[in-house]
Amino acid sequence: MVDNVIAVRGVSKAFAGVQALDTISLEIAPGEIHCLAGENGSGKSTLIKVISGVHAADEGTIELNGKEFSKLTPMEAISNGVQVIYQDFSVFPNLTVMENLALTAELAEHRTFVNWRRMRRIATEAIAKINVKIDLDAKVGQLSVAQKQLVAIARALMSNARLIIMDEPTTALTKREVDALFGIILDLKSRGIATLFVSHKLEEVFEISERFTIIRNGKHVITCLPEELDHKKFSFFMTGREFDDARFTPQIRATQPILETSRLSAHGAFSDVSLSLRPGEILGITGLLGSGRTELALALFGSLKSDSGEIRIDGKAVVLDSVRTAISHGIGYVPEDRLTEGLFLERSIGSNIVISEIDSFVSSLGVLEQDKADAEAQRWITDLRIATPDAQNAVSTLSGGNQQRIVLAKWLATKPRVLILNGPTVGVDIGSKHDIHRVLRELAAEGLAVIVISDDIPEVIQNCNRVLVMNAGRIVSELDPTQTSELELAALMSKDVQTLEGIS
Amino acid sequence: MRALPQKLVRSNEFYLFLVIVVLAIVIQARSGQFFTANNLVDIANAMVVPGIFAVGAFMVLVSGGIDVSFPALASLAVYATTRILVDAGYEGDLWLPFLIVMAIGAVLGSLNGWFASRFAVPVLIITLGTASVFSGIMQGALGSVQIPNIPPAMSEFGRATLFVATNPDSGLTSNMPMSFLLLVGVVVAAFVMLRYTTFGRGIYALGGDESAASRAGFNVRRMKFWLYVIVGVIASIAGLVRTSMMDQMHPTNLLGMELMVIAAVVLGGTAITGGTGTLTGAMLGTLLIVIVQNSMILVGVPTFWQGFALGVLIIVGTGISALQLTRARKRKTALI
Repeated sequence: MVDNVIAVRGVSKAFAGVQALDTISLEIAPGEIHCLAGENGSGKSTLIKVISGVHAADEGTIELNGKEFSKLTPMEAISNGVQVIYQDFSVFPNLTVMENLALTAELAEHRTFVNWRRMRRIATEAIAKINVKIDLDAKVGQLSVAQKQLVAIARALMSNARLIIMDEPTTALTKREVDALFGIILDLKSRGIATLFVSHKLEEVFEISERFTIIRNGKHVITCLPEELDHKKFSFFMTGREFDDARFTPQIRATQPILETSRLSAHGAFSDVSLSLRPGEILGITGLLGSGRTELALALFGSLKSDSGEIRIDGKAVVLDSVRTAISHGIGYVPEDRLTEGLFLERSIGSNIVISEIDSFVSSLGVLEQDKADAEAQRWITDLRIATPDAQNAVSTLSGGNQQRIVLAKWLATKPRVLILNGPTVGVDIGSKHDIHRVLRELAAEGLAVIVISDDIPEVIQNCNRVLVMNAGRIVSELDPTQTSELELAALMSKDVQTLEGIS
Repeated sequence: MRALPQKLVRSNEFYLFLVIVVLAIVIQARSGQFFTANNLVDIANAMVVPGIFAVGAFMVLVSGGIDVSFPALASLAVYATTRILVDAGYEGDLWLPFLIVMAIGAVLGSLNGWFASRFAVPVLIITLGTASVFSGIMQGALGSVQIPNIPPAMSEFGRATLFVATNPDSGLTSNMPMSFLLLVGVVVAAFVMLRYTTFGRGIYALGGDESAASRAGFNVRRMKFWLYVIVGVIASIAGLVRTSMMDQMHPTNLLGMELMVIAAVVLGGTAITGGTGTLTGAMLGTLLIVIVQNSMILVGVPTFWQGFALGVLIIVGTGISALQLTRARKRKTALI
């Protein structure tokens, strides 16, 4: 087939003995929107780097415009119309939009002197190509993520691109921004420019992708049409594991709620929130960005002051005026992204687990009692079934899912009775996501009260026994997930409710 | 495009300028001596050497590095030049001393450049090392001693004046040195390079995001190398000017200036993290520090308070920009 934009044939690549890519093949037709999916470490990034000429393949060839390359250079890739938009966009935050757009062109023409008037003209043309409005004199560092992405796309289009590779393009975008991005991609398609999406999330690319290629451990798993995929198959192809999608059923022992709020309000954030939580429950709180879900969590953790209403713990009214008070009442809060950050990757598993309570292993002389700390770490490793032969190994030797367990262990080591997790699986790949969910269920079964704040609809439906929907600062609905479909929940989240006073 | 006055008010240089004006008025009110012809010329005179150094330090800072070797580099380059010429009994024109010192400056700078472009070690560490090497070569291998008689061309250049300013009250006179033109020349050349060449814009790009710069097609290695060569040349010019103006080669005279110069550039709004800053700001920062050093005597402040005042200036100056940065970040996170 000569009419492919790109044809990757049997490409292999190894780094220091590790086979990152194993005879991968991939073809993309002009104007096609193709999704490359795989878990972290599956070889997606390596494949992109081979296609863009950053890494030379050990074996196999890449055909661009009917020309075959065995050792592709970055310049050859670019001159044959391959452009990569990296996750960090590779923009210069300290320069203006105009310079960000025009510098590459000036460089490509090997100019010694820059001409600011010519640069403005080039930049204006580049922005016009994607039909958006951006202030050319604004510093790129001050733009929103979506605008930075537009700058990166506009820059990629300047050099007569025929294939645009986007690395996780929708991760940091709001729904509306994603729609705008898809609009641009469809526009590119109508001009015959192909797009290769790289992603590990089905939801974000399913509606636009025309074909999927899934790789796992450097090997090609399947190339198929979207009709042939659903969530379950997608997860299976990516991880090679079957996941039971059984829903969570709580084992509630106590009837007495451990945490209650009544008519809790914080000006400009949320109002009139009444909820109750019993040990053994997993309560989901969902809502769009800006619905007040995060603020509510912060109020329950004492880091945002509420104006009126009451918080009761074990039936007694308490004032959570600081994080310290909240912790002393047994409330633990895992902030957004903290499941992926917050680890000292090069330090041992044991010291990572005990770091947050290291003070309790210090003798009266101020010396760390290493054996006590080791025993505590070992206890968590056993409890959370962290797969490691030795607690002294560095965290970086663990798989992603096991790393997540260590973060959880770290928070659980502070012995909370209520654990609030904000976006527990944001940016986590499917396998690890399932692992985290399983741990949460196990913790609930042991009597912990869990609140999961998330806008990941399948996540809350599958893992919570009750779901509160927030919209414009209020709880608009309480649902039983067994009786609710994903579509219904989505509709409730985004329904136009009269805006709460004080929320703009 | 934003309106010019608004842009001006938001700029760091504007506030720095205000600080200088206020300081000048205070000194004037206390001593009546600030706005006198000879004091202003004295300040201009004192600005020449730190000003030229500041241009080099500024370029390195913008590219994302910190160079602390330039005084040692300049000392070695000028010492070697003077030694060679004095030993040869050179009596000719000024072009030869300049040519030799710039050539040596380029070679020494290329050493910095070679390390900076080859190894992923912070430039600060590299230049700490090369600074010791340079002064070691000068003091050890070349056995540096004071050279009282410098070649006549340099001596003449050091004495050459543009005009003489006289204080009508006290009758004191001050000479506006010819070398001030050299400062102007270096600043203009650097300005043109930074603003109108791809190399210059590349230095900004490099300071903004190095990996983005190489993905955009800049040859980052080559750029770094040549940047340090240029900075070496600029530093060696400053060294030659200082030696000419002192009319003798004093090997350790320049050493220790690096922190004052870097402070001046940072005070002028150049981000220590690289990527942002203007030459105007760097020059205003230098001016401020020179005024503090020169004029505190006028208001009767003992000289040992100079260090204190400089320290306060640096903390306040960098503190304000750090504050602005955290505020901008907060505004961003508040939206999430």
